[in-house]
Amino acid sequence: MQKIEELMYKRASEMLESGEVDRVIAWKKGETCYDVSPATFTKDNLEGFVYDAFCGANLSKYLVEESKKGGKILVFLKPCDTYSFNQLLSEHRIKRENVYVIGIECQGKIDANKLQKKGIDGILSVEEKGDKLTVKTLYGDKEIAFEEALSVKCETCKSKEFAVSDETIVLNEMRDNREKRFEAVERLEKMTEEERYAFWQAELSKCIRCNACRNVCPACTCTHCVFDNDKSGIAGKANADSFEEKLFHIIRSYHVAGRCTDCGECSRVCPQNIPLHLINRKYIKDMNEFYGEYQAGAAVTALNPIVDFTKEDVEAATVVGGKK
Amino acid sequence: MQRIGVFICHCGSNIAATVDVERVTEALAKEPGVVYAVNYQYMCSENGQQLIKNAIAEHRLTGIVVCSCSPRMHEATFRKTAEAAGLNAYMVEIANIREQCSWIHKDIEEATEKAIVLARTAVAKILLDKPLTAGETGVTKRALVIGGGIAGIQAALDIADAGYEVDIVEKRPTIGGRMAQLDKTFPTLDCSACILTPKMVDCAQSDKINIFSYSEVEEVKGFVGNFDVKIRKKARHVDETKCTGCGVCMASCPSKKGLNEFNMNLNNRPAIYIPFAQAIPNVAIIDPEQCLKLKSDKCGLCQRKCGVGAIDYKQEDSFVERKYGAIVVATGFRPIKLDNFNEFGYADNKDVVTSLELERLMNAAGPTKGTLLRPSDGKHPKVITFIQCVGSRDVSGCGKPYCSKICCMYTAKHAMLIREKYPDTEVHVFYIDIRTPGKNYDEFYRRAVEQYGVDYIKGMVGKVYNENGKLMVQGSDLLDNKQIVIPSDLVVLATAIEPDPSVRDIATKLTISIDTNDFLTEAHAKLRPVESPTAGVFLAGVCQGPKDVPETVSQASACASKVIGLLAKDKLKGNPCVSHVDENMCTGCSQCEQVCPYGAITYIDKEFRIGGGKTETRRVASVNPAVCQGCGACTVTCPSGAMDLYGFSSAQILKEVEAICKR
Repeated sequence: MQKIEELMYKRASEMLESGEVDRVIAWKKGETCYDVSPATFTKDNLEGFVYDAFCGANLSKYLVEESKKGGKILVFLKPCDTYSFNQLLSEHRIKRENVYVIGIECQGKIDANKLQKKGIDGILSVEEKGDKLTVKTLYGDKEIAFEEALSVKCETCKSKEFAVSDETIVLNEMRDNREKRFEAVERLEKMTEEERYAFWQAELSKCIRCNACRNVCPACTCTHCVFDNDKSGIAGKANADSFEEKLFHIIRSYHVAGRCTDCGECSRVCPQNIPLHLINRKYIKDMNEFYGEYQAGAAVTALNPIVDFTKEDVEAATVVGGKK
Repeated sequence: MQRIGVFICHCGSNIAATVDVERVTEALAKEPGVVYAVNYQYMCSENGQQLIKNAIAEHRLTGIVVCSCSPRMHEATFRKTAEAAGLNAYMVEIANIREQCSWIHKDIEEATEKAIVLARTAVAKILLDKPLTAGETGVTKRALVIGGGIAGIQAALDIADAGYEVDIVEKRPTIGGRMAQLDKTFPTLDCSACILTPKMVDCAQSDKINIFSYSEVEEVKGFVGNFDVKIRKKARHVDETKCTGCGVCMASCPSKKGLNEFNMNLNNRPAIYIPFAQAIPNVAIIDPEQCLKLKSDKCGLCQRKCGVGAIDYKQEDSFVERKYGAIVVATGFRPIKLDNFNEFGYADNKDVVTSLELERLMNAAGPTKGTLLRPSDGKHPKVITFIQCVGSRDVSGCGKPYCSKICCMYTAKHAMLIREKYPDTEVHVFYIDIRTPGKNYDEFYRRAVEQYGVDYIKGMVGKVYNENGKLMVQGSDLLDNKQIVIPSDLVVLATAIEPDPSVRDIATKLTISIDTNDFLTEAHAKLRPVESPTAGVFLAGVCQGPKDVPETVSQASACASKVIGLLAKDKLKGNPCVSHVDENMCTGCSQCEQVCPYGAITYIDKEFRIGGGKTETRRVASVNPAVCQGCGACTVTCPSGAMDLYGFSSAQILKEVEAICKR
């Protein structure tokens, strides 16, 4: 990863120096190694530029606001982030000509919470070695299987192909785990209605309405969010005790249905570790079954199956309980 | 603050027998916003309307809810009533307590409770209604007729006669349709071509009628009064403007193996051909499947022989884009395929033919030059057996559940003509029922039986099999209660008819609906029989349901009168219940544009203030209210909630749902 970061830094500084781009969106070091955040860099300030196993954030959405400021922007996108980028292009939220995309290698990103849960505290730095992860901590070095530290979104990585890029920096072959993508959804489908209801009530009742899932979601780019809009008639219900359990996440998932690229950012940022991505992943699975395989963001012009009508569409009445 | 009046109609006993109108009145009088509630025997009567007008003035009403029949019946009536009393026409809501309540319930208690809920729902909606004004659009004074059979021809002639331009789009190389293939027509037995071809010629000669033959409708956009239609003129490889129809090319063509569709594939034609002598336009066409030049770049004889240089092997499909005010669909029918009816031996025996094939076998322009000879050996058949209802009135799933309507009459016609021309021929007809209502129709059938001695046998045929060169027709004679076998020389199947399969595609393009049998659905089965549910689209001929020539012609003329009525208007009042955009909410994502079936949504870049003296340019949707039909597809698609419908806002619909759920 070190080598990739060097190449990225080199390209970023070259392009800023030559004036090919005005700003760079990448990741920046925080106080600790796992406290990495998205940031905008300029020619004068590339300090803190980083790319390592903690750089999970999807940078596509930041382009929506950043591109309004004019000038050309360089963005580094991991394969899964490129789908979000394409989807935003489809929705005219970003102008393609204003952005230079460098696709970068990704072997899956790790979740510090998972390390901490396994009793690895006081993390100073991590080092990937094949399928092992060496964690330097205040209390000495610890070793753990890389797989076990993977962030939830990367456990079922859907693709290692770049949906879009102007150039790529890839040194090693990338692995995806797409065959496992719908395993968790299938487990939920096998539950009885009561079990499933209990599962989601338990999960969603943990929600503290911090809005992180909404704010990070690349499909959530409304000028005025329905939850903040008095006219929508929803804002008034937001104070109800059961709002998070009964409405908030259901409304949000429907709003992004068909446009969700399954990037998993919602679950990554959730401070309560609610598996939010599973709601839309179920819709994706259903859509695949009803209308044929569809990946939001795979192409810029693709009509999404739930707003598209074809004569071959499955009749609603013939679909019961997720089965044809 | 709104002041709502609620008017509950008894509709004689239609509503009042099942709904306790007094209780509905009492309950509604207590609803918030309602200042007046009353019931009356016939709200749509002059007196009923006067009652509404008086109440509007007396109680200073701002809106009225009429609890009565379906809005399809009297919404327009009550809008006019409200307008006459000084209210905006759109401050009227109809609660349908007849079709959706009194007619479908038996229990007075249940029906009354439901009527109250429906009325409350309308009140909840009207409280958020705002006055609306309908816009106006112009009318393109030209009609499109899809299908050039007798229905399309008659409609086109009548429309042209009123002085309007008409284009006929016909997918085959000539107009004339099925009627051109018929030999004689019942009940008068005049020659079909003799009465049809003058009308075809009239079409060709009319300066108002333009025929796009061998063409298909590619794309339809727009709305009543303003349809934009793209027509695909398929390549016929012959220049229509040059060809004189002399026929030299046909004689020179060495490829003679093409099946003659006009003669129901009973004989062959050259690769370059004119479908029949009276074809309109009288222009040749090349069948690319058969033409040696097009298939293998060998030959080219017709081009060399053509005196006017009309042959163009390189011709490609071309497109014409035209505007129309009205569209007539007259796509016609075909006999069903007989794959599901092996028992009649159609596929295995050349001498088992369909009735339409028999028409060609009896026609002077047919493969046998009008002498009835059987296809297998060209001999005169001495015993002919007709089987009616082949695939009609069939609930087994093999055929069609409906009666094809024309078969009883044409079978009687065939039987009679054969007995007249060949008196030594024995003719039997198997039938389930004989259905011959209509002027001079039953008399016609009686003549076949009584005067011409046709042997009618009540009963169905179980199977037809070949035994020593005879077609053995085995069936039951229900009146004699016995099984019989008739050794026959020719068997004629009165095959069910079905809408031409192109109708599905046309229906999708025009957003009109088809029923379970693929017949086009009329706007109202009894009162609007020639209108489709889509404004400006009308239906003529068998595409709407089985019918014979006289009925088809009547319907086509009715269609024409509707089209003329529409084209005679200079302006059409639009529907003000159209979509609109909240630009502050719109993110410009384009999803509404993609789902809009009418192409009413475009995008504009617009500058917005964002505070601090700054502005930003955003891409936002823009609705053309003249094109929008108010279907609401955009409102449910918009992820940001920026799209909404006037008169049916999301807030109103939610209020309605709330009112229904509230107890």
